[in-house]
Amino acid sequence: MIVNIEKCMHCGACVGSCPQNAVYLNEIVLEFNEDCNRCGRCVRICPVGALKMEGKR
Amino acid sequence: MRTDYDIIVVGAGPAGSMTAKHAARKGARVLMIEKRQEIGAPLRCAEGVNRRGLEKAGVPVDRRWVSTDISGAKLVSPGGHVFRIDESQAGNEVGMVLERHLFDKAMAADAARAGAEIWLKTAAVDVIKEGERVVGVKARREGEPLRLTAGCVVAADGFESQVARWAGIDTSLKAGDITTCFQYRMTNLRTEPDYCEFIIGSVAPGGYIWIFPKGDDTANVGIGVLASKLEKPGEVKRYLDDWIRKDERLSCGQPLEALAGGVSVSPPVERSVMDGLILVGDSARIIDPITGGGIANGLLAGMHAGNVLGDCAQAKDFSEEAMMPYDKLWRDAMEDRLWRNWMAKEKFLTLSDSTLDAVIETLSTANVDKMSVHNILIAIKERHPELVREFEELI
Repeated sequence: MIVNIEKCMHCGACVGSCPQNAVYLNEIVLEFNEDCNRCGRCVRICPVGALKMEGKR
Repeated sequence: MRTDYDIIVVGAGPAGSMTAKHAARKGARVLMIEKRQEIGAPLRCAEGVNRRGLEKAGVPVDRRWVSTDISGAKLVSPGGHVFRIDESQAGNEVGMVLERHLFDKAMAADAARAGAEIWLKTAAVDVIKEGERVVGVKARREGEPLRLTAGCVVAADGFESQVARWAGIDTSLKAGDITTCFQYRMTNLRTEPDYCEFIIGSVAPGGYIWIFPKGDDTANVGIGVLASKLEKPGEVKRYLDDWIRKDERLSCGQPLEALAGGVSVSPPVERSVMDGLILVGDSARIIDPITGGGIANGLLAGMHAGNVLGDCAQAKDFSEEAMMPYDKLWRDAMEDRLWRNWMAKEKFLTLSDSTLDAVIETLSTANVDKMSVHNILIAIKERHPELVREFEELI
């Protein structure tokens, strides 16, 4: 997953929505762990469009 | 540095602070950790709450954290019909809009005065288990990894709800039970300074646009859209920006703050306790599925959790069985209402703009003097019984 850090508002909407519990947010960075299965839910859910899947435009 | 406590609360929101306060009051050794550097910030809330909710949780109103007292609410249909609920005679049901930056700090201060320790910039990154029992958390404090052990870990980590899931309680949500939100605090508005406004219909699919006054010409102007209705990245913010451009009371305004967040609009968790772990607040999915409000339920659940945990600390027993009284207390207080409002939400999101227009138009002739979901559902039941047939026994 690619995070646009200039758009990300660190709101955690993707974290709580991730069915795999694969997203982690500390004060600054959003991290995806190996449990991420690229389902894409976080991409749609992000209120500001800060996430996209690698390999997709 | 001590690393062993009776109770470790993860997350210093209102539910966590209430839990910490009530447990510490009964003599438990309590540590509350918060990953942010400031409690109450950054904000992720529209800040509305009613007096009854605070009262039930034993939180006396302190003007220092009240932004604005509300006189009533307006429910606006897609075609512009307005259902106005005037609360001037409604006593303690009357709502208010908080200053969460200050409110959350005040709740945490109460926990501190009761004896709880608070660590900032301390994030839980996993739970520690022995067999099926939670015995602590792995954390990072200012970047340094450390192990914190406790008789009980309190999952008060909000919408993210990661602590419970690390421990093995499934709090994951389906897309139809998640609302994605974006909000501006705006100023120089021409909206009513003492009315909360809810705008429903296809302008905010499966959710609503809100205008919650924050004093004078300032308000929280936000939107929630159901995740299952979203198609493109970043749509939520665009829906709100589109509405603000069209509404001339808002288009003259300017933003002071922008925030975002996720809100669960689901039934509550099936399991809120296990050996060594207890869930409170948003992490237990106890947000009201119709209003999206979670403060009052979080405070009340936190109060019950803290009281039960205080007893558990005295008995040195944090087994699931010993903590079950908490599960019963919060379910007795809110579970029926949460299920009813979840069913109402499921029905609501199937309604077309024209049906919503018809409903709001007929409701506008109803005499509903108290602003509550229940009273609105009673009025709908009288006028549009077909809309509530599936759950009329809960109204």
